[in-house]
Amino acid sequence: MKSFTVSKAVTALMLAGLVLLPLYSQASGNIFILTLFTRIIILALAAASLNLIMGFGGMMSFGHAAYLGIGGYAVGMLAQEGVGSGWIQFPVALAASAIYALVIGALSLRTRGVYFIMITLAFAQMAYYVASGLARYGGDDGLTVYKRSDFSGLINLSNRTQFYYLCLACLLGVIFLIWRIVNSRFGLVVQGLRSNEQRMQAIGFPAKRYQLVCFVISGTMCGLAGALLANNTDFVSPAVMYWTRSGDLMVMVILGGMGTLFGPVMGAVVFLLLEEFLSQITEYWALIMGPLLLLIVLFGRGGIMGMLGRANRG
Amino acid sequence: MAEPLLRVEKLVRRFGGIIATDNVSLEVASGELHAIIGPNGAGKTTLISQLTGHLAPHSGSVSLAGRDITYLPAYRRCALGLARSFQITSLLLDFTAADNVALAAQAHAGTSFRFFANARKEKDLRDAAHAALDRVGLAHRADVLVSKLSHGERRQIELAVALASRPKLLLLDEPMAGLGVTESQGMVKLLQELRKEVSIVLVEHDMPAVFALADRISVLVYGRVIASGDPDSIRANEDVKRAYLGDQHVVTHHG
Amino acid sequence: MLLVVEQFLNGLQFGLLLFLLAAGLTLVFGIMDLVNLAHGSLYMMGAYFAATFAAWTGSFLAGALMALGATLVLGIVLEMSALRHLYGRDHLDHVLATFGLILFFNEAVRLIWGPAGLALPLPAWLTVPVPILPGIHYPAYRLAIIIVALLVALLLYLGVMRTRIGMLIRAGASNREMIGALGINIKLLYTLVFGLGAALAGLAGLMQAPILTVQIGMGENILILAFVIIVIGGIGSIRGAFLAAIFVGMIDTLGRAFLPNLLRQVLSGAAASTAAPALSSMLIYLLMAIVLVVRPEGLFPANRR
Repeated sequence: MKSFTVSKAVTALMLAGLVLLPLYSQASGNIFILTLFTRIIILALAAASLNLIMGFGGMMSFGHAAYLGIGGYAVGMLAQEGVGSGWIQFPVALAASAIYALVIGALSLRTRGVYFIMITLAFAQMAYYVASGLARYGGDDGLTVYKRSDFSGLINLSNRTQFYYLCLACLLGVIFLIWRIVNSRFGLVVQGLRSNEQRMQAIGFPAKRYQLVCFVISGTMCGLAGALLANNTDFVSPAVMYWTRSGDLMVMVILGGMGTLFGPVMGAVVFLLLEEFLSQITEYWALIMGPLLLLIVLFGRGGIMGMLGRANRG
Repeated sequence: MAEPLLRVEKLVRRFGGIIATDNVSLEVASGELHAIIGPNGAGKTTLISQLTGHLAPHSGSVSLAGRDITYLPAYRRCALGLARSFQITSLLLDFTAADNVALAAQAHAGTSFRFFANARKEKDLRDAAHAALDRVGLAHRADVLVSKLSHGERRQIELAVALASRPKLLLLDEPMAGLGVTESQGMVKLLQELRKEVSIVLVEHDMPAVFALADRISVLVYGRVIASGDPDSIRANEDVKRAYLGDQHVVTHHG
Repeated sequence: MLLVVEQFLNGLQFGLLLFLLAAGLTLVFGIMDLVNLAHGSLYMMGAYFAATFAAWTGSFLAGALMALGATLVLGIVLEMSALRHLYGRDHLDHVLATFGLILFFNEAVRLIWGPAGLALPLPAWLTVPVPILPGIHYPAYRLAIIIVALLVALLLYLGVMRTRIGMLIRAGASNREMIGALGINIKLLYTLVFGLGAALAGLAGLMQAPILTVQIGMGENILILAFVIIVIGGIGSIRGAFLAAIFVGMIDTLGRAFLPNLLRQVLSGAAASTAAPALSSMLIYLLMAIVLVVRPEGLFPANRR
């Protein structure tokens, strides 16, 4: 179906904007906007990974920020130990995230619903405390990454534009993967399980196995965001895993539109720009953001993508 | 003597002090349509749940084609050839009819740990889905979301889903529930066709339908099989008459 | 020996505080099917109210009582203005909306009381050590917390098990439609239950206030502990929450107190002092993991099917 829709047009516009942003930044000399959007893209990547389990898989994880920390600490700790190669740092970051997801997923998936929300939250908090206890790696104060990941000169992460495009490429790559997964056999099973687990069991699918694999894929993707984030800030601290960050990621997914491919990106852009905008108006921006979330939940069904879909029909 | 397709032996399931399934034994031969009837609260749903693997019995055994499946999870039973329909329609509402059926076919056609290729473009699965939909007369509704289908149509999809897994034994939990007169007649006709291809256990309230379809009937009252036999012998059975006609009478005796 | 008894009592006291928090959370969840992340904010508000009112009145007790009333009122207002609209909605909606409330409360506190924490000084008569065993003294205030919390737990138990309103609460938890059909004003019942939960959280907060600093975000970490308790104890179960809270309070306190020494006997000094803080903060989560493996429905589920 190649029909024109408002949501497709807006998505295309947003993507074009993201691709062209460095040109604008260069032309206008506005470096801040490039830094801001690098961060937005990295968190959009994290939100997209969360959307895979939450939107498509129906698993409400409230601990996704843990992977940001694990990916970040993998980079930071290796850098501190003298391993500066990105060819090692990034695979380790992904593997560590995958292993954590495997263990936490296997435990959390023994329950459902609210329990699942609470347990993923609690384990992420555990990861937070463990990171705070790592005295060798800065403990509470965090760990400075003195040198960004080195990809044997192939790409220079210290160059703002190059790093921006690397992050954008990672984001688009992950969304492409999610798109393929969602339409694959595996993806249909996972979405079927979200819709009606009993039915899926009755036609012969062992639910847990599929959900766990999906959970691990999502965690690994988010680990990538963590590794990028550590490079972006040259710093990693327990704070990236704090539970409010997990909440932020959930908000981005819902705000953009759960279970849509580009919704989380849209959600991340809007949420982080709003945060930026509000914090420029008032120091007490959360005073507005908080009730705004409440209103979005009460009235904004289906997020931005849902609203655009309605605009199309109306 | 040939091994029956389904053999239930001395199945017992209690809920607290209540015995919901009381030493139930049943045999369903290959090619048979075996109906299970009984008044409300007779424990039909509890029995079905133990056959499908949603509930574990406290004692007794269930075997399918000679293989003990008493404690196998639902998805393993399905792989062995036991398909079911649900009493209350239980489909993937946000999927199309074809997707619902194709997923059932997918469960029995190789691994589903495939992450990259578009499953909706797998010709085998789509063909199987369309064949099953065609079988129940809904091929023209293949691309409609199940949430947009009528109740009667959903009942038919339930059947198509069960058929798509190419089962040895079909467990139908009140397929006529909530259907109108014409829809019911259509369903009876459909079942008449299907029974030529697959063995069926039918749990149903609609007595004319049961007596028209069944090779054998088992009557369940208070968790116990009080009679089992062909439709004529059941019709003539005094215990069954009492259970159905003298419901009050039986209740007071149990109270 | 002295240290063991003291830490044991500390664990009991912490566990009882956790119970006050978890009880409200599990009541609200069990009855209204509402996941309230902002429960921790009510705990925080209890502490801030107490510090403020105590400073105004100059009396710790008066401040505490006023704070208790204030959190009750706050809870009722919150329920009537915002949370009421979330009943019957998706749990995810609850999580997001109440997450928004946390942001709001934290920021409101920062606006009103400033970013620096407050202190709630104890009156002299509560600071004296009380002899509990020959040769062993324990701070009077901590002892008072234990007594008050135990009394509240007992009242809660009697209230839920023995009174008419408790019966309604239990009926509401197991059968929402039925209680509506009985013509009971379910809206009012919900509001009252939420207010009760809020007051319990506020009580926990105001009692904890003199021991810790009163600060922004103080409710969040302890809220997550309350979640752990609910997971361990079984959702919707007051008895489960009580036992699990004591258990978690003990393990956490005793773990932090004694684990470093225990580790030092097994590992080298350096390794032990590195591992101890991380390990002792992991302890209760490991406990939760074990419970999940052994009994995913919790140790004391409310109504087993």
